[in-house]
Amino acid sequence: MQLLIVSWLLLLTGGILAPALGRRPLAAALVGGGSAALGSLAGLAMAAGALANGQTAGLALATTIPGLTLSLRLDPLAAFFLIPVHLLGLLGAIYGVGYLRGHEGRLPGLHWLFYNLLVASMSVVIAAANALLFLFAWEGMSLASFFLVVTEHREPATARAGLIYLLATHLGAALLLGGFLTVGAFAGGFDFSAFAALSHLPGPTASLLFILLLLGFGSKAGLFPFHVWLPEAHPAAPSHVSALMSGAMVKTALYGLVRFLLFLPSAPGWWGGTLMALGLAGALFGIAMSAFQNDVKRGLAYSTVENVGLILLALGLWLFCRGRYPQLAALALTGALTHILNHALFKGLLFLGAGSLLHGTGSRNLNRLGGLMRRMPATGLCLVVGALAVTALPPANGLLGEWFIYRGFLEAGVRLKGLAAFFPLVIVGLLALVGGLALLVFSRLIGIALGGEPRDSRTELAHESGALMLVPMFVLAGLCLAGGLAPSLLLGPVLRVAGMIEPPAAPLLAQAGLLPLWLGGLAQGLTLLLALTALLGRWRRPRRAETPAVPTWGCGYLFPTRRMAYSAEGFSELAGVSFFCDCLRPRIEGGRSVRLFPGREVFRHQAPDLVLEAGFLPLFAWVAARCNRLRRLQSGLVHIYVFYIFSVIVALLGWVAVRL
Amino acid sequence: MTMLIRLFWHLALLLGLSPLLLGVIAKTKAGFAGRKGPPLVQPYYDLARLFRKDMVISRTTTWLFRAGPVAGLTAPLVASLFVPFGAIGAPLGFDGDLIFVIYLLGLSRFCTAVAALDTGSAFEGMGAAREVTFACLVEPTVFFVLIVLVRLTGSFSLGGLFGPALAAGWHTAAPSLMLAIFCMLVVTLVENCRIPFDDPTTHLELTMIHEVMVLDHSGPDFGMILYGAAMKLLLLGAMTVGLALPVSLGSAPLDAAVFALAMLLLAVLIGVVESVIARLPLLKVPQLLIGTSLLSFFALILLLR
Repeated sequence: MQLLIVSWLLLLTGGILAPALGRRPLAAALVGGGSAALGSLAGLAMAAGALANGQTAGLALATTIPGLTLSLRLDPLAAFFLIPVHLLGLLGAIYGVGYLRGHEGRLPGLHWLFYNLLVASMSVVIAAANALLFLFAWEGMSLASFFLVVTEHREPATARAGLIYLLATHLGAALLLGGFLTVGAFAGGFDFSAFAALSHLPGPTASLLFILLLLGFGSKAGLFPFHVWLPEAHPAAPSHVSALMSGAMVKTALYGLVRFLLFLPSAPGWWGGTLMALGLAGALFGIAMSAFQNDVKRGLAYSTVENVGLILLALGLWLFCRGRYPQLAALALTGALTHILNHALFKGLLFLGAGSLLHGTGSRNLNRLGGLMRRMPATGLCLVVGALAVTALPPANGLLGEWFIYRGFLEAGVRLKGLAAFFPLVIVGLLALVGGLALLVFSRLIGIALGGEPRDSRTELAHESGALMLVPMFVLAGLCLAGGLAPSLLLGPVLRVAGMIEPPAAPLLAQAGLLPLWLGGLAQGLTLLLALTALLGRWRRPRRAETPAVPTWGCGYLFPTRRMAYSAEGFSELAGVSFFCDCLRPRIEGGRSVRLFPGREVFRHQAPDLVLEAGFLPLFAWVAARCNRLRRLQSGLVHIYVFYIFSVIVALLGWVAVRL
Repeated sequence: MTMLIRLFWHLALLLGLSPLLLGVIAKTKAGFAGRKGPPLVQPYYDLARLFRKDMVISRTTTWLFRAGPVAGLTAPLVASLFVPFGAIGAPLGFDGDLIFVIYLLGLSRFCTAVAALDTGSAFEGMGAAREVTFACLVEPTVFFVLIVLVRLTGSFSLGGLFGPALAAGWHTAAPSLMLAIFCMLVVTLVENCRIPFDDPTTHLELTMIHEVMVLDHSGPDFGMILYGAAMKLLLLGAMTVGLALPVSLGSAPLDAAVFALAMLLLAVLIGVVESVIARLPLLKVPQLLIGTSLLSFFALILLLR
């Protein structure tokens, strides 16, 4: 436990010192980034140690605030979720020093203050064993990440993104507050140790609590339809912050959900059903929207919505099968946990890679990129590894988690009788559709951004990022491959946590031969064979003259130009036309010239979020119109305000008098 | 020992038989058109010629371009080790390998599509887009067909799905299996770019799907792609044949001969289909694929009722 507190102290001291250094970018980066890296390293060591020995450590300090004790608890579940937080915290800090060099702004230390606060508060959220402490840290996390999102607040798009994020996160926090107050009232205290009483909650109250917690945590996790802030906030934030938010912060919400579900009494079937339905909707919607995004980071944010959907789908199956089908529950839980860890690794990698592209070319628009594999080979290699992982292709790590999820639903389809088997089997087919679309999205990202010729003159001058940015990316890419080639590295921690939540999980899976350690051997064999085939091709060549290099064949066009290359919109157009419903399709304006002498044409392509545009914005406009009536209370006359204060005091006094 | 014998027959069939299928298809089509057609072993000559040739490589490309053929050859090779060839069991298999095999084919698709985009050619980008879009619609069909088999046999390994366990299934769930065979046949046609979905011999790049992706590959690289494609045809064909013929004669050489015969018949069938059906307009293809998905879904419902 001490190591974790040392980590928080390091983060806080460094964070406060960095802005105090004033306008010295180098010193601020050294103090801020250095303390973030060191603090995260200490936290990572603590989490890894706690996970390895499986012990639960605790600490409790009383405070004078009613209900709040500073109680901390580090069990395997908490330690497991601390790993992405501190791993990405560490790598993001190193990357950030390189990424921000030259773009520090007026007070370079300020960024590090918020960055360190974000890492520390995420860590406190996970280690907290008191609901109020949890909520305080949760709020700190939301605010720190808000300030990081609006780093470039002078741009209107960023300001809008920040506002949407702030609203979404606070509406979620309000629901959480409601949930926690209910919990506190029933349990008679806010310490997690008192929450054992919750397992006797009557059914309707428990269901109400479940809904409150699902919406509260879901709005942070990117649960459909509360995902709307993700595609706005992720592109606006600096890339290492996007990586941290997508890889770690979203996971703290999943942690909260799992943690509180364990306190609640055994779940009725519709809880799991709701989670599965929302998860599936999120997965399909997220990946479909991702296919239409031209902004690299916006596309990645939608892919996060998809992956969170997959995780929630697996958690839903776990919740549904808990206590009824232990083997299914074990499969689903293992799948969810594996995918949580995997997603942190590959989405962190992809966001860092996208940041590197942005840093090298100055653009996030796919239609301005191209030909970057030549200009940024190291970034390109890392992005390819990340793309393989996110599309769950062997030999990367992504397949492992998806294998468990597929296997869980297949098993459910075979075990359940009659019509009940129908839904899990349909979900398997839809998972395959999600997988196919993910392949479309990421072959588009890699092929359009890295392959071909640059589509813009600025992209031609792209430069590779420095070592500070490349090293964290290589670490993550290495971890992605290691997870695929040696699944026991991932399965070890995952099974320990699964064993804490469902004690018979690990032996059940091991007995039934359901641990896909085969996948590791196969991935190794596949890699070896791929390398052999590639070498065979090379080995044959030197006997002959050097391979002639010519331009790409233009299919008979004499002067092909780079502007004829396939565009990002074009790549996903067929999918949009052939099997998406109209409402999801991007909005297209102009670009069609039918006159005899074509003039200048402007082509606009936008893929706005349906839920935001047709759901939340009109809803909030409606609420704002209704709230306008309340403005009459706000007269601006001081004596009226004094009257309000006076009447509230009288009412309070009356209430106290009655209570006494 | 049996394992080694199995592996031997498996690899012999895979490496030896797969190009012949292409030859049989071409011969059948020639017969329908009243031509003599190339000799049956022409694909072997083609492969040998390609592997002896030099390569021409576009200046635009990087290692991504070279990785396409490598994955295009290796992934079907590894994937086929999990698929039983008739009564000759699969040399490899584990619980849940069907997911691995499908994602392995995904790997070859990803690498081929990225290699196509790496050339920067508009035509090849178009082909890549079509390939990955149609694959989105094919994958649910494959999964639904496999689910029907999983539900019938209770096994989660491809080796156990197509084996003798299916013979009992034919007695109880023949309608579902008939639908499954049809769907698998469609999948075989789509994935191997045959008419009515794609025409590998057309002269117009604008209308191609798979062939246009590999326009810039030449020499040994192109040979690898062709050989990989032939193996993929054998692999998916083996699944179709395995569905229709769940019988075993008890001796490995006989079983191999039966399987080879069945595959050649399938190749003739593909040739007939290619000769008598016109190619679909491109925008009709997704409709047919969605229809096939629904059919496979219906097979599942028939089984669950």
